[in-house]
Amino acid sequence: MTVAEVVFYLLALLSVIAAVGVVTVPNVVHAALFLILSLLGVAGFYILLSSEFLALVQVLIYGGAVATIILFGLMLTGGRDLPAVGPGAQWPLALLVSGALVVLLLTAVLNTTWPRDAGEMTLISINTLGSVLFREWLLPFELASLVLLVALIGAVVISSQEERES
Amino acid sequence: MISLEHVLVVGALLFSIGLFIALSRRNAVGVLMGIELMLNSVNLNLIGFARFVEAPRPIDGQVFAVFVITVAAAEAAVALALAVAVYRLRQTIDVDRLNLLKW
Repeated sequence: MTVAEVVFYLLALLSVIAAVGVVTVPNVVHAALFLILSLLGVAGFYILLSSEFLALVQVLIYGGAVATIILFGLMLTGGRDLPAVGPGAQWPLALLVSGALVVLLLTAVLNTTWPRDAGEMTLISINTLGSVLFREWLLPFELASLVLLVALIGAVVISSQEERES
Repeated sequence: MISLEHVLVVGALLFSIGLFIALSRRNAVGVLMGIELMLNSVNLNLIGFARFVEAPRPIDGQVFAVFVITVAAAEAAVALALAVAVYRLRQTIDVDRLNLLKW
């Protein structure tokens, strides 16, 4: 077992167990904290798969922004009665669907011959990623910033509707 | 040596758990958590393919993941704004009780 394998299995254990924790913990704030742990585990995978920039982005956006947004959302929508809101009545059906999906996906993954490891990949520097992003993907990149702008304005308009009407 | 299968198995597990959360939670913010988990496992698959499959342009997988993260962040902001707006209107974000469109 190489070091990379040990790290991989530890990360896999961490992120999957944390994801199961999101499901099983009744308190939704604790579930949010488990979600952050799971997302940080995925950031570890990115480092292991030689995508340092994405790991950085993952920690910044998910560990910082999305986590804050979710925790604020939980606070603003009444933290007191939330622990009582457990899984809904349709959870057996949801378990059936996701169980079927995981069986399907695992069968597909394990029965397919994937291309072998491309060897030691040369590390892609952030400079290269940036220049590719701004040369070949310039238009999608600008559209993404437009999407962010629209989402930001939309979020402000939606959540401040009541003050405007009254 | 870790291979593509390892990454895909973890991605499949995370995606299914995320799907279960999105389908079974009654709290609207909890549903959002499940969706975030699903988007993350998709990103993990993209990065795995970018790392292990020989391609003429190996960097495109990472660029794709950057776009997915961008859209996920925008989606989270809008979804939370919607949750706050619905909570103001109905004093609950229990998705089982938000059945105005059900007949």
